Amino acid sequence: MSESTTWGDRVRGEVRMRWRDWAITLAAFVLALLVGAILMIVADPQVAGNFNYLLTAPGLALGSAWTKVSTAYSALLMGAVGSPQALAATSAAAAPLICAGLAVGLAFRAGLFNIGAQGQAILGSMAAAWVGFSLPLPPVIHLIVAVLAGLVAGAIWGGIVGWLKATTGAHEVIVTIMMNYIASGLLAWVLTTAAFQRPGRDDPISPEVPSSAAFPQLYEQLHLGFFVALLAAVVVWWVLDRSVIGFSIRAVGANPHAAGTAGMNVGRTTIITMAMAGALAGLAGVQAALGPSVNGVPVPLTEGLVGTVGFDAITVALLGRSKPVGIVLAGLLFGGLSAGGLAMQSVAQTPLTLTLVLQALVVLFVAAPQLVATLVPFLSARKARASLTGADA
Amino acid sequence: MIRPVANEAQRSVGLDLRSITKRFGSFVANDAVDLTVRPGEIHCLLGENGAGKSTLMNVLYGLYQPDGGEILIDGVPRRFADPKAAMAAGIGMVHQHFMLVEVFSVAENMILGREPGLVVDMKAAKATVRQLSQRYNLPVDPDALIEDLPVGVQQRVEILKALANDAQYLIFDEPTAVLTPQEIDELMVVMQKLRDEGKGIVFITHKLREVRAIADRITVLRRGKIVGQAEPGTSETELAQLMVGRAVDLSVAKQPAEPGAVRLAVDGLTVTNSAGAVVVDDISFDVAGGEILCIAGVQGNGQSELADALIGNIPVLSGRIRLDDRDLADASPRQSIAAGMGFVPEDRQHDGFIGTFTIAENLVLNRFDTAPFAGGGSLNLKAINDNAVTLRDEFDIRTPDVQNLGSSLSGGNAQKVVLARELSRELALLVASQPTRGVDVGAIEFLHKRIVDERDKGTAVLLVSTELEEVEALADRVLVMYRGKIVGIVGPDTPRDVMGMMMAGVGYDEAVQVAAGDAADAGKDA
Repeated sequence: MSESTTWGDRVRGEVRMRWRDWAITLAAFVLALLVGAILMIVADPQVAGNFNYLLTAPGLALGSAWTKVSTAYSALLMGAVGSPQALAATSAAAAPLICAGLAVGLAFRAGLFNIGAQGQAILGSMAAAWVGFSLPLPPVIHLIVAVLAGLVAGAIWGGIVGWLKATTGAHEVIVTIMMNYIASGLLAWVLTTAAFQRPGRDDPISPEVPSSAAFPQLYEQLHLGFFVALLAAVVVWWVLDRSVIGFSIRAVGANPHAAGTAGMNVGRTTIITMAMAGALAGLAGVQAALGPSVNGVPVPLTEGLVGTVGFDAITVALLGRSKPVGIVLAGLLFGGLSAGGLAMQSVAQTPLTLTLVLQALVVLFVAAPQLVATLVPFLSARKARASLTGADA
Repeated sequence: MIRPVANEAQRSVGLDLRSITKRFGSFVANDAVDLTVRPGEIHCLLGENGAGKSTLMNVLYGLYQPDGGEILIDGVPRRFADPKAAMAAGIGMVHQHFMLVEVFSVAENMILGREPGLVVDMKAAKATVRQLSQRYNLPVDPDALIEDLPVGVQQRVEILKALANDAQYLIFDEPTAVLTPQEIDELMVVMQKLRDEGKGIVFITHKLREVRAIADRITVLRRGKIVGQAEPGTSETELAQLMVGRAVDLSVAKQPAEPGAVRLAVDGLTVTNSAGAVVVDDISFDVAGGEILCIAGVQGNGQSELADALIGNIPVLSGRIRLDDRDLADASPRQSIAAGMGFVPEDRQHDGFIGTFTIAENLVLNRFDTAPFAGGGSLNLKAINDNAVTLRDEFDIRTPDVQNLGSSLSGGNAQKVVLARELSRELALLVASQPTRGVDVGAIEFLHKRIVDERDKGTAVLLVSTELEEVEALADRVLVMYRGKIVGIVGPDTPRDVMGMMMAGVGYDEAVQVAAGDAADAGKDA
């Protein structure tokens, strides 16, 4: 009986707390789309030119602007969620973002700013790809070993940062940035060695990962890796909210002095957190190395394989407020933007970079709730009330 | 002092809070509270922690918007959207936690937030500091850095800041909580001087002695409502009754100690601070089960470091700490806790409490990883919640829901959470530093009683306190510390003047002689 009331209270409290976050995120998204629309109009010479006749022929100017913006945004929407294929493409783009976003979000809950998801993802992709193209293992086992190798490599890369911070007090931001450079340098170098370079090639590219080590393709671009990412989010949720180590992580993040005085080992918690974050970022690298591309096989390892997933992850974690559910949704949103951005480019001739601008604007507006609250008076009143009741603290 | 006779014309002069109501959700923090302050008077606002004093003042200072009622200055209704508006209307606040930039000089802090234009006129700022500090007799060096100044002087800077804003009404929010007895006396003089200059002063406190010393009028707030006005001559016992709504015995009812075997043995303990200076200097003492040993002394004489070294928060340079049969000199906090040490840290917000955690989580902060609260690496949320509900009722922690955040609690209730957490398990030793600092009278009585109960269970209790009343009320033996060394270990019935001299480093025998001499002199003068 008391169990159920506790649950009810908790859920109600969560909903009350989250409501404002949701509203602000939505408002930020709408504002970003508005600013994006203005950019589109200004950037298209023909549409912008029509605005010279705004007073004499308002219909022409507004009409062409509307056509431009609506074509672009409907292409974006269709490309992201408009068809089963679009949804599959969105899921494939979202999977690594979710994993890396969890890596940043988890560390953030322990008070650690993990800028190093990029390097951790690179190490994860290296290890997973190497197991994939080097070890002749039977199917299923091959995939499992490759995934585990990626997790372990990322965990070591992240764990080193935690260990340095715990033992020497080195700041994790500095160390992770340096580790990112080392990781990309390391990748560039191994791709020139016999262990990694594809036989007969002079450029830095690895052999192809066989299908025995690739995530099975389920439908179009949707592959098993997406569900692995969702599973990772569930695990992180359990770790943070339900596990003993998660209690320490949150306590150390909220007040390391009180955590230490209460007997928690702050240094050990830091190392464990960074190792776990590294493993999650490594999983993002695994997604890149083992996820089948449009043609059904994984893209071979190159210097640019993971892209900028580790940095995009920071924005995903920020947008998701470092909570697993939020990170999954933010990852899906950004995955959708990137899948839809391609459609927007081909249908409306909008440059792909505009989707990057949209992502940046969303984050900008989310990161500045005060700004959004000022722009949207309705939210403003709510915010004032929330901050007074301490819900904002 | 001659005060103007209030006639009809003058009645509206001053600050009027009329029927102020402030709610937080379903909780009514202020319920139709009326308060008036006239120029040239000190109005004491007395109440327990959580009674709504700070909320009321935050409404006045523009930090909160009232849900009902109005604020009038000289009969004109005013509304303050933020502290800036309140300041512009002549209301100044001396915060409990100073709002100063530590690495800035006094003069720089004075102009902080009101830099006029692009160029900072430091000369004018310094002149203002000098002029104001002379006028109100608040000596401060305008060039001194805040971090180099003692707490009492930092508070002076806060007062000067308010005065520089031309404040006609000054709110002092628990100003004495951070001061030494001497600094308190100095502050009292300053407040009287400000009153005589015609300022209206609101003095928020829960210390009855201070109220009686300085108040022109006293208003008592309890659970958000005004429960009475009192005259300055009202006795402490009566005031305490008004505050807590029942008769309060300020002394603690306790049986004589029945010390058992020695449980804590400290031998030759030496501790250095982070700068390498010796702060605990070759100290040896024992605490037996069933007795309370008080560490008395002026703050900053090594007591805090001694407590931190016992739990294992800071390393021990040399010496031994034995608790029952375990050697704890090199122990981590975790090992000390496992050995049965309970620890109430001096700075509860910093070391004992996590504001962004729920009350239930705070109540298991040092046991969350043991049964029944955890099993198989997973937390047992039901056990954690049930534990919190039990402790809330047992320790009278005032909150509607144990799943609320810790930061929603008032100081006294937060301290009850810390003490409840420590006392809810089997202890060999309780180390409590300033367990009643910033805690209201009703809660003090309760906390003291729980500490004595713990002693009677056979636990060794080491209590660090800078308040002599507390030492006298609780101690079975008193260890006086001065500059990291033991001046002496004496009985709790040692006269205050002797204890005071010992706290200044004078040995017991000499202190007794001097005290006797003083008494004789006093007799002659009379």
